[in-house]
Amino acid sequence: MRLDIILRVTTKLLLPLMLLFAAYVQFHGDFGPGGGFQAGVIAGATFILYGLIYGLGAVMRVLPMALVETLIPLGVLIYAGVGVFAMLAGGNFLDYTRLAHEPAHGQELGVFLVEVGVFVTVSSTMLAIFYALAGRGRR
Amino acid sequence: MVLLALLAVTTVAVVRVRNLFAVAVLTGVYSFLMATVLIVLDAVDVAMTEASVGAGIAMVLMLGALYLTKTDESPPVHTVLLPVFVAGVTGVALIWAMSALPPFGAAATPLQLAGPDYLQRSLAETGIPNVVTSVLASYRGYDTLGETTVIFTAGIAVLLLLKRGPAREGGDDDQQPS
Repeated sequence: MRLDIILRVTTKLLLPLMLLFAAYVQFHGDFGPGGGFQAGVIAGATFILYGLIYGLGAVMRVLPMALVETLIPLGVLIYAGVGVFAMLAGGNFLDYTRLAHEPAHGQELGVFLVEVGVFVTVSSTMLAIFYALAGRGRR
Repeated sequence: MVLLALLAVTTVAVVRVRNLFAVAVLTGVYSFLMATVLIVLDAVDVAMTEASVGAGIAMVLMLGALYLTKTDESPPVHTVLLPVFVAGVTGVALIWAMSALPPFGAAATPLQLAGPDYLQRSLAETGIPNVVTSVLASYRGYDTLGETTVIFTAGIAVLLLLKRGPAREGGDDDQQPS
């Protein structure tokens, strides 16, 4: 019998709550404290916890290294892409007012998309650093 | 005051203790104390970041790095005089630079002038109640793009350094037999 059963069961209980909290911090960042960076760190920590308890192989089956490596630049691309899109819509770089019909709505949309970009980059970077460090010890 | 005293005690402990596992845990303690200080200062966003990054991720990464090396700090090889000198000069320079700062709570600083401006404009212009978010992502969008790029660069750099290639022969003698 494995001795770490308490850790395994507790982790399984915690994981969905942590992901839910990350989503809350991400989408509620307009109203309360939080935003893309904090949510990204929490989501990254969720997968790191999974990897710590269930082993690197298990978490790499969920999120392979190749996917994580794609996600890191994707976040920056989303962010910069919103800026370029704002330029195409006739505004300045990262000027969100032109993204929707009403300036305030455009701002909300722009901030939301930008936070998504931050979230993607931050969470995948945290995970990639963990993969790199943890993968070294297994050689 | 109690929090600041605890922060000082933790810092001294981090410097004095030679067991690196204890040091990693103590830095986590330091981060949580710092987060509490930031909550007292009403900077909840920063406190959240400090608690999750400093106490959460950084500690896990430090423990992961610790797994690859020894758990006890080796005694210093060089004399400590030069580092003490550098730290002392830097500290004195920082304290000297503080004399050029405006007095605490002065009315004519950019903080006091621009802050209320943002507070008044934010909700009407962006429709976002949390001014921290609107300043961060909209008014200061360039800065945040830069920060995201910094994180991206840091991630790529770590991957370049760590991912490829097994630990090389002969570089350092701390490596585990594989």
